[in-house]
Amino acid sequence: MTGLELIDISKQFGPVTAVEDVNLSVPAGSFICLLGPSGCGKTTLLRIIAGLEDPTRGEIRLNGARLNDRPAHKRDFGMVFQSLALFPHLTVGENIAYPLKIRGRPAAQRQARVRELLDLVRLPGVEGRAITQLSGGQRQRVAIARALAVSPQLFLLDEPLSALDAKLREAMQVELRQLQQRLGVTTIVVTHDQREAMSMSDLIVVMSNGRIQQVARPIEMYRKPANPFVADFLGQANLLRARGRGADAEISGGKIPGLRLPSNGRAIVSIRPEDVAIGPSDAAPIRATVSFIREMGASVEIHLDAGDDRIIAVASPQSCPGCAVGDTVGLTIPASACVLFAETGT
Amino acid sequence: MRRSRPEKWSDYLPIAYPAAMLTAFFVVPFGIMVAVSFFERVQGGFYQPAFTLSNYARFLSVFFGEVLVFSLALAGAVSAICLIVGVPFTYRLTRLARRYQVAWLIVLLGVLSLSEVIIGFAWSTLLSRTAGLSNLFVAIGLMESPQAWSPGLGAVLTGLVYQAFPYTVLVLYPSFSRLNPALMEAARTLGASPLRGFLTVVLPAVRRTLVATFIIVFIFALGAYLLPQILGRPRHWTLSVLVTDQAIYQSNMPFAAAMAVFLVLASLLLVALAQLADRKEPAL
Repeated sequence: MTGLELIDISKQFGPVTAVEDVNLSVPAGSFICLLGPSGCGKTTLLRIIAGLEDPTRGEIRLNGARLNDRPAHKRDFGMVFQSLALFPHLTVGENIAYPLKIRGRPAAQRQARVRELLDLVRLPGVEGRAITQLSGGQRQRVAIARALAVSPQLFLLDEPLSALDAKLREAMQVELRQLQQRLGVTTIVVTHDQREAMSMSDLIVVMSNGRIQQVARPIEMYRKPANPFVADFLGQANLLRARGRGADAEISGGKIPGLRLPSNGRAIVSIRPEDVAIGPSDAAPIRATVSFIREMGASVEIHLDAGDDRIIAVASPQSCPGCAVGDTVGLTIPASACVLFAETGT
Repeated sequence: MRRSRPEKWSDYLPIAYPAAMLTAFFVVPFGIMVAVSFFERVQGGFYQPAFTLSNYARFLSVFFGEVLVFSLALAGAVSAICLIVGVPFTYRLTRLARRYQVAWLIVLLGVLSLSEVIIGFAWSTLLSRTAGLSNLFVAIGLMESPQAWSPGLGAVLTGLVYQAFPYTVLVLYPSFSRLNPALMEAARTLGASPLRGFLTVVLPAVRRTLVATFIIVFIFALGAYLLPQILGRPRHWTLSVLVTDQAIYQSNMPFAAAMAVFLVLASLLLVALAQLADRKEPAL
């Protein structure tokens, strides 16, 4: 089996379990995102892969060979740190050449490789500059170039874009993905930004409380989240309590026609805001009152009170039927767009 | 904050007090010392105003030259040992949990509260033949018979390093605790062994603090006059011991003052050299 395999990985810090029973296989050449809220164990997992932490239990394999006992400096992985960790006493060129110098490559070869890498990250001609002379986005590129200098088997990035402003971050997401596709390097990115994970990766791994919640392709995960946590974390989701044993499911403010619940007649229904349709109140299966309207430019977000539930709907400004706060409107939730979860804890 | 230039005399008031204190307790005594270094000694008396260079000329003897070289070498050795031991120590210290760091710092500050005399006699006893550490080594079978390690050069070095070590750690500590731990981790993921990462990334990142610490300990050791007398033989006496000797026992104030001025000049020269060496590196 080629690629990276994590088998039953757990990590304890004293009484705290940071990572618990993680099993994951990362196919060679793929781009995966470890996604989760802060403190979910995603950074610890990345550090275990890098060799900066030893797992309490479990095994790491790369292309079938056990990695556990190989120290970080012998793993030949490239890692970009959240703080970037560029060496302040070295120039841009010296930073990128550092791993090559450690491996004893001759000076001419180092220079050629530095130029090649700076071209790759579209930052040519800055090798003589001090790190302090670069902007945040440029430092980001230098950190990426340095991590890729030895053509690593695995490219690891810990919240690499979190320090950049929104616009630059989006541009870097595209660039990072293109770079990865061109080089074909197996890449693991840690992020808490679900948009970043959605737009960049082949596979998303959602983590919470040290455990993996779901591993899936982005659109698959968006359409078929495995549990309410994933549904709510990856994009927005309305989580509604539903009841009913017949052909229609009932929620607090009305009905979802054609939705069959499990045999016990109870479930949590997850519905994406863009799947909630707003129309005139008379014929619709759900009646709701508009409580808040958020103009987002390209779309408009409408918060609605339907019985005891608060439902969020997203519509395009053109299709929004000129509703205002306080209006009573009708909602239609298509059964085909609903995802059902078993009710837990009640 | 107001940044306009001072115009009225009252604008200088805030600095008047520190300026007065500095003048009274530093500028005036130092001026007197410089002046006295040019005075003449009166045999059987004190000194009288004059302008003579003979006090400085006495330096040019081989004896004082040797003492000066020994003093500088001793101070250099103490600084070097303090850094070689203190740098890894402080680096490890800043990686410990907070409460262990505090405990260590309290112990080190405790050493600072000891008087030089106590430190001197304690080490003199610890290194003696009759009651010293060598008896312990004999007891556990490491040595054949107890030995006297004091007085001697080793004893002088031990005492001075013991006294200067807390200063070393306290000056290094802020720099090391501010150092981003990811720098070392980055070096490791880039292929550097822990030792190599420490030498090629951590040390260069704190090199200014290393230079500053070297200078502070060097000047501290250059001024030591008690420990060399307690723990050393006369050939281990530093220029500071001779200054004390001339000023107190020989009543030769002008010559003592000239030697003291010379020590100050040597210290200033070292600071200037260190600044110059640092400026040659790229400003980051």
